[in-house]
Amino acid sequence: MINEKADKRSRKFREIDQFDLNEQPQYYLLPFRFHRITDDKEIIVNEVGDYLLLSNGTFERIVKRQLDKKKDADLYGDLIANFFISEEPIPPLIDVLATRYRTKKLFLNYFTGLHIFVISLRCEHTCHYCQVSRVTQNKDLYDMSIANIDKGIDIMFKSPNPHVTMEFQGGESLLAFDNIKYAVEKAERIAKEVGKGLTKVICSNLALINEEILEYCKEHEILISTSLDGPQYVHDNNRHKPHASSYELAIKGIELSRKVLGHDRVSALMTTTKLSLDYPVEIVDEYFRLGFQGIFLRNISPYGFALRTDKSKYETEKFLTFYKKALDRILEYNFSGHYFTEDLAKIFLTKILTPFNVGFVDLQSPAGLINGVIVFNYDGGVYATDESRMLAEQKDYTFKLGTLDDNYNDLFFGKKAQEIANVWANEALSGCSECAFQQYCGADPVHNHATQGDMYGYRPNSDFCQKNMEIIRYLIELMESDSRIKKIFERWAKTSTH
Amino acid sequence: MLLRTKGKPINIKSALVGKVTRNPERLDENSFLLVEGSISELPSKNFIGILSRQDEYEVINSENIVFKIPTLEHLMEGDIVSVGIDGNINTLYRVNSFHNTLLATERCNSNCLMCSQPPKDKNDINNLYEINKKLIPLIPKDCIELGISGGEPTLMGDLFFDLLSQIKTELPDTEIHLLTNGRTFAWDYMAERLGEIDNKRLMLGIPVYSDYYQVHDYIVQAENAFYQTILGLHNLARYNQRLEVRIVLHKQSIPRLTRLAKYIYKNLPFVEHVAFMGLEYIGYTPHNIEKLWIDPYEYRDELGEAVEYLAGQGMHVSIYNTPLCILPENQWKFARKSISDWKNDYLPICSTCTKLNDCGGLFTWNLKKHSEHIKPIH
Ligand code: SF4
Ligand code: SF4
Repeated sequence: MINEKADKRSRKFREIDQFDLNEQPQYYLLPFRFHRITDDKEIIVNEVGDYLLLSNGTFERIVKRQLDKKKDADLYGDLIANFFISEEPIPPLIDVLATRYRTKKLFLNYFTGLHIFVISLRCEHTCHYCQVSRVTQNKDLYDMSIANIDKGIDIMFKSPNPHVTMEFQGGESLLAFDNIKYAVEKAERIAKEVGKGLTKVICSNLALINEEILEYCKEHEILISTSLDGPQYVHDNNRHKPHASSYELAIKGIELSRKVLGHDRVSALMTTTKLSLDYPVEIVDEYFRLGFQGIFLRNISPYGFALRTDKSKYETEKFLTFYKKALDRILEYNFSGHYFTEDLAKIFLTKILTPFNVGFVDLQSPAGLINGVIVFNYDGGVYATDESRMLAEQKDYTFKLGTLDDNYNDLFFGKKAQEIANVWANEALSGCSECAFQQYCGADPVHNHATQGDMYGYRPNSDFCQKNMEIIRYLIELMESDSRIKKIFERWAKTSTH
Repeated sequence: MLLRTKGKPINIKSALVGKVTRNPERLDENSFLLVEGSISELPSKNFIGILSRQDEYEVINSENIVFKIPTLEHLMEGDIVSVGIDGNINTLYRVNSFHNTLLATERCNSNCLMCSQPPKDKNDINNLYEINKKLIPLIPKDCIELGISGGEPTLMGDLFFDLLSQIKTELPDTEIHLLTNGRTFAWDYMAERLGEIDNKRLMLGIPVYSDYYQVHDYIVQAENAFYQTILGLHNLARYNQRLEVRIVLHKQSIPRLTRLAKYIYKNLPFVEHVAFMGLEYIGYTPHNIEKLWIDPYEYRDELGEAVEYLAGQGMHVSIYNTPLCILPENQWKFARKSISDWKNDYLPICSTCTKLNDCGGLFTWNLKKHSEHIKPIH
């Protein structure tokens, strides 16, 4: 009976061929780029970071218009569905692509969020790689003055961002804890008045932390960020503290902070040094043992070294070997059911696997300096990034935007800012503009300047490029060759966006 | 479940809508009296009419009457019916059910291969609108969920928005679940108008069957449907509408299913719910069964991968119309007892199954076409 009914209609069913909107063999290319992943696989990446992994030579066939809609039906469908090719000069879903592009650049919407206050340059440590801190009692010279704190807060609240973050750095910030208290309370008052969100972070080596300070942090919902380079023999070698173990103080500080503030209110950052390179597994194990949810494997800071070319290439190789060994170890933990992330990978994976993005100063384009982060130095200088003010300690003022006495527009939109803005989008940098990983990577004018002598940078021997390109390639190779790793990576990517 | 019956009408000049009651005390101007035996005198109240099983009926005072109705047993106190000039009595709303649905129109601009309620090309929009307009104020205010389906409801045009506005006013606490193919919302102003109604309890269920336009267009038998639906979803999201993507699982949709899951996460991450639905053996499906049938057991890997992927990305996912014994145990948490009570059934072998109470079972009409792999879980 049902059949009869259906048959009576003029609504006769048609075959799939009749729904082909493009009977010509012609198709149009949308913007996308390619890269070799392994000996037999290549990747194509579209304008919003979606990728397809293909066997070698496919890219060439696509651009030479050699695809056959019938014989290559699956691939053809993938290319249309994922915005690589179009059957019309303007794809019917171009508005969807535009929305997705905006989503990827959403980090630009609010302008500067992170405001770093270098509250004191003084430090009780004498770390050998540190180029900035001073062991001194001279507060007048090396602490940020109340007047400058006021001006910094004033500028911070001029940001159009509805939520600002105030981060206290050093030297050792806790040496100027009274000033921190002053700054926190003043900022809180204003935030309430103007209706902005305010996050507060203290960066400290925790040697001076105590219950009283922590109670204050608890009351004012201040987050703690500390440094931990790995197990004791690595950490204490990196971070020299006269007559004491920096490691033991840090561990004690972390425990106490967690006790008072709660486990997830305390984070740790590692610095990779030459010594660290020999201990990838041990460093990961240390972070795992201490109950952290992950670790950020950061490359060796180039600041304080002379301009680097060939030497840096070698050093980057070593870092990459270190990175891969450490990542292997991290994956082992995940295989056995733990959730433990590598945070550099997490940033890349969020860009690779999700429609979202994360703002991270040198892994975004336009880069996050000025429009994502700004640094107010202890002496009233205003710098584009934390690294910029370290260059200044070596008398290189390239990224000094002005001082706290300047007005907002001159600092954020002045000549210096404009000059930097010319080179902060990797879409417009040679090398990057054709790179398949452009959407996953970023631009770092400060790093280019520090290592290569000019902000624009030269990709073929840039250690920044060498490192990012290999890590991204490696992450893709890993997850495309092992579905267990893909699942783990998808999970990491997901948790950074939701 | 009986939803319509018919008797002999007298005095009925236009479609009437009202609640039914067997108790003359409860009669009011919005109700029909159900009568099993004979009556000699009319209740002295104002009421719509009488629905009677009597074989003969003498009109007493020019009242509206349908008599010689074979049965009234299916009608519960408070159910809402429409009574046509031809004596047709359709149950519009059942007080004891969670699955009440308003029929917006039987017209449709698509013609899906597996449509369970094949569209009709006659213009029923005004008639149905008039009936729904009378029905909506009678629905109990504590009604938890109400469906709206078609056909394609948006073909009502302006009346579509009138209907939704009336629902928002009359039933502010009811969850409204609207089934639409979403194509009309490719025109931004349609989405904007819906946004203006601003009913936070409205959810639109919109089908997407493939990530590749040609496959989707073939399944729904309409050119450009895919592009319109995707644009529609984006427009609706722009006006903050709550959205659900619905995927019917069959031989045409399965091959690209895992790609579709990716597509949804990448391009439609704002949807609130993704439902994967087993095929119903009714409507067009029996006619197109050669093109559509694949044993659900055969696609369990693809389904599993798609579901796990989306759930892993934090999306809310459900599997409908699929017996538990077809699914691996780790996916049972996604399976919902989705089949409305009146079309739900089980196989004889199910009686020995330990999961009988948790399993959604089958559509009654799928008893004749079901997976070869249904077997009781012990
Ligand atoms: S820096 Fe290197 S990896 Fe990054 S976008 Fe530029 S060329 Fe690509
Ligand atoms: S045997 Fe029947 S009741 Fe049991 S899971 Fe299968 S369909 Fe459901």
